[in-house]
Amino acid sequence: MHIVIIGNGIAGITAARHIRKLSDHRITVISKETDHFFSRTALMYVYMGHLRYEHTKPYEDWFWDKNRIELIRGTVEKIDFDQKTLHLSADSRVVKHQPTLLEKLTKTVFPTIQTPQTLPTELKYDKLIIATGSVPRWADEYPRELAGVQGLYSFQDLELLEKNTQNVQKAVIVGGGLIGVEMAEMLHSRGIHVTMLVREASYWNNVLPHEESALIGQHIRRHGIDLRLSTELRTVKGRARVEAIQTKEGEEIACQLVGVTIGVMPNVQFLQNSPLRINRGVVVNEYLETNLPDVYAVGDCVEHQQPREGRKAIEQIWYTGRMMGETVARTICDTRTAYQPGVFFNSAKFFDIEYQTYGDVPAQCPPDVASVYWQHPTKEVALRINYQKENQAVTGFNAFGLRLRHEVCERWLKQHQTIEYVRQHLPEANFDPEFFERYEAQITATL
Amino acid sequence: MNILSRFGILLFLLGFGLWLYTLTLNEFTLTESVVKTIIKPEHQATLGTKLTPMLNQTYARGWAFTADFDRILNNLNAEYRTAQQWDKVIYDEYSFAISKAAAVGPLKTQPWRWLFLTLGLAALGALIFFLPDLQRLSGISNNGVFQNPATNRGWIGWLVGTFLIGFYIFLYYYPQYLVNWTMLVDPVSKALNGGEASRWFLYGFLYTICVVVMGLRMLLKYRHSRYQQVRTLSVMFFQTAFAFLIPEVLVSLNMPYFDFKNIWPLDYDFFFDYNLNGLIQSGHLGIFMLVWGIVLFVLGVPVMTYFFGKRWYCSWVCGCGGLAETLGDPYRQLSNKSIASWKIERYLIHGVLVFAVVMTAMVLYSYFTGSSQVLFLDSYSVRSAYGFWIGGIFAGVVGTGFYPLMGNRVWCRFGCPLAAYLGYWQRAKSRFRITTNGGQCISCGNCSTYCEMGIDVRAYAQRGQDIVRSSCVGCGICSAVCPRGVLNLENLAEGSRVTVAPEVLRGNEI
Ligand SMILES: Cc1cc2nc3c(=O)[nH]c(=O)nc-3n(C[C@H](O)[C@H](O)[C@H](O)COP(=O)(O)OP(=O)(O)OC[C@H]3O[C@@H](n4cnc5c(N)ncnc54)[C@H](O)[C@@H]3O)c2cc1C
Ligand code: SF4
Ligand code: SF4
Repeated sequence: MHIVIIGNGIAGITAARHIRKLSDHRITVISKETDHFFSRTALMYVYMGHLRYEHTKPYEDWFWDKNRIELIRGTVEKIDFDQKTLHLSADSRVVKHQPTLLEKLTKTVFPTIQTPQTLPTELKYDKLIIATGSVPRWADEYPRELAGVQGLYSFQDLELLEKNTQNVQKAVIVGGGLIGVEMAEMLHSRGIHVTMLVREASYWNNVLPHEESALIGQHIRRHGIDLRLSTELRTVKGRARVEAIQTKEGEEIACQLVGVTIGVMPNVQFLQNSPLRINRGVVVNEYLETNLPDVYAVGDCVEHQQPREGRKAIEQIWYTGRMMGETVARTICDTRTAYQPGVFFNSAKFFDIEYQTYGDVPAQCPPDVASVYWQHPTKEVALRINYQKENQAVTGFNAFGLRLRHEVCERWLKQHQTIEYVRQHLPEANFDPEFFERYEAQITATL
Repeated sequence: MNILSRFGILLFLLGFGLWLYTLTLNEFTLTESVVKTIIKPEHQATLGTKLTPMLNQTYARGWAFTADFDRILNNLNAEYRTAQQWDKVIYDEYSFAISKAAAVGPLKTQPWRWLFLTLGLAALGALIFFLPDLQRLSGISNNGVFQNPATNRGWIGWLVGTFLIGFYIFLYYYPQYLVNWTMLVDPVSKALNGGEASRWFLYGFLYTICVVVMGLRMLLKYRHSRYQQVRTLSVMFFQTAFAFLIPEVLVSLNMPYFDFKNIWPLDYDFFFDYNLNGLIQSGHLGIFMLVWGIVLFVLGVPVMTYFFGKRWYCSWVCGCGGLAETLGDPYRQLSNKSIASWKIERYLIHGVLVFAVVMTAMVLYSYFTGSSQVLFLDSYSVRSAYGFWIGGIFAGVVGTGFYPLMGNRVWCRFGCPLAAYLGYWQRAKSRFRITTNGGQCISCGNCSTYCEMGIDVRAYAQRGQDIVRSSCVGCGICSAVCPRGVLNLENLAEGSRVTVAPEVLRGNEI
């Protein structure tokens, strides 16, 4: 059986790895972005000089030969679902690995896979996994063609940003989500003055409760970012390249770069007008099956027909891509398995403040839920715990500048432990390094 | 770069430049009294007379003097060898002593002034260079690491590497060319142990300065991380007190030179005859030192490693580790993370361990039997081969010289036999592990990149497996740089280490 996967991101690659673990099927992964799987989440660190591109690759280049996963670099232009055939772009090529001297010396060499020398532009599959990820969301106000206006999603975007920020003094970032704040940090690290336009009245307050939102907003400002709340962009000005932007209030801000980070959306454009059912993303059932036989979809590009409780229909998160990959591999090789992402969790970093969340902590606390919040009087450390008013069972955690143990939080949430129990056992959930200041005493005193 | 930093780097370069310049200072004159005091009576008639042409000639440059002296000595020895008069060949290391005794000039008359103008200015400049870091909000600061030629194996890295390699070669094999530098620290040496500075005193002094100055940099850089601060203070303390001051003071009290925290087989000459004899002849204290050294190895290592992991030594106490964690910190990202290099590492480090054990066994055999012949080998040549190849070339020239090219733990990772032994216990029986936090890893690669031991930490973290690796020195940097709070160094019940990756990661309920 030949399994073809479109997309070498976390979702597609996890599917490929698990299919290999479970079976001997032929596996081909196609991507237009890079030869090998890399960590999209680390793009910012490459720009900031913490890492090089090669450090973002979670597996060494010989790994694919060893696991007999065939790699094709190219674009899938069209899919003929009836004929089970993919049409590849003319520049498509097979990715081959030349062992390095060190690898030869240490016999870290594996037989390369027998693939035809010239790649046919048509590729047959028995089963197809669509894992095409996202594209930056865009709006009409942003002229795509104008030099210096760009989003941040792909490796190519990173290269473009490198080019676009040569000799740039001022930048404007539109949108204040997670990628927006990452982009602000990136530009700031190169000494570029950043103005951030955020539509909401408080930073990311559609996700974060008021206090946390204020804490992060303040931190971003402390780093010298000009954070403009309740501000929207009207137009971008400039002839050869961007020269300024104008806000809806009419203020003009001079800048040589505009970063558009108003979110991402499933990358499904090339699948429109086909029998595949598409809404905002590729629509799948709980088994990650699409409306067509032998066609599955995983990762960012997916829209769940019936999301589980506490989950959204589209979740563009690293680990959900991984979980879908793990799940679909079972369905294809072994036993039909439902996607069950369990208790929600996530993490991010806003400049220097680490953020972890477990369970459900909505921006607006529902009436049947109580919420307790502790914040250090001087440091940027905070913890919120939500619990059900009726039975006192905890429903969610938000931690800032403080590391929590995933296993413990998940267990408490699943077991519906009471807030009182959690208060008493809080030290068990601490995941901060040794010698770090412990806040449990303060926290329990306030909660 | 801000103005203070610029000033600091200028000051550092000035001090460093003057330090190099001091190698050209002083005049060198061989007088009869120098020949009388330095050359042993039995060599006065032979070498002493051969030196006559040099007498009372003034050399403006130390290296010209030393070269002339070396030539005379080598010619004389060559004559003996051709005449097959083996017993007459002179092995004494006269060159360093005679060069030093023949020197007259500013370094001899005003050593304090020159010490301040050279190493003093350099240290001060470095500190001023680091100071503006305080303006930054505290947190991880790796911006530009791979864009800076000093830290990305660029031209500055190569320059620094070349200097370090050169320095070690001269220090170990041609110390006679560094006499001027030892004169700078003569007053310090006299104050501590009463004698003039040897090359090893110079080395210890420089080493300690580097650990302290770069340790202060660490304290600034990681001011948000108490683990890093406590650990750095610890290596600064052990280097200054245990490796540098205490042994010198012991010497001034007429007791054996002894570093209480150095452990065989890193301390490879611990069982050499001169060391054993020296200790045994030094009364109770000497015997205590002997027993202490053996107990550290036999009991100290397994017990401490069981409770805390190998880190108790490698990144808290050890001198090599101390230098790597301070002077070497800017280079930790240059270690190779590939499986191929891991394979090489395992062969090399265990090879050195076997070499050290065999060499020591032979030396002890000779010590007790009085016969230097062990099977078909001469224990003295095995011992000097170890000293040259492992003690000198590997630990020094390669181990430190390659910091800016291969990362700051080249020796600890590929060569140190004690690290191999500690690592064995860490893997086999220890409460230590680096816990990975469920499913939070985003595979960004910061941890692997900044692991000085070349461990692919991410490979474990992204599949929910604890990091239990014999090479991990527990520096804690992987945990510090992880942007998602995934890694934590912990000592917990031995059996709770997750050494097999779970089928699926936490959170997925299939
Ligand atoms: C800057 C940034 C930071 C992020 N940080 C975090 C974070 O901290 N935590 C977190 O949880 N998530 C984060 N995310 C989101 C996370 O990266 C995504 O959820 C995840 O990468 C999605 O993986 P995927 O495999 O579904 O798709 P992708 O990683 O997008 O992979 C899809 C691949 O398919 C290829 N492809 C698409 N169409 C075609 C075609 N027609 N032919 C051939 N190839 C095609 C694309 O080129 C791409 O390589 C971040 C995203 C960005 C952009
Ligand atoms: S694994 Fe972490 S603690 Fe261990 S040596 Fe590497 S960076 Fe240091
Ligand atoms: S630094 Fe943290 S998030 Fe990044 S790969 Fe390592 S463990 Fe995972």
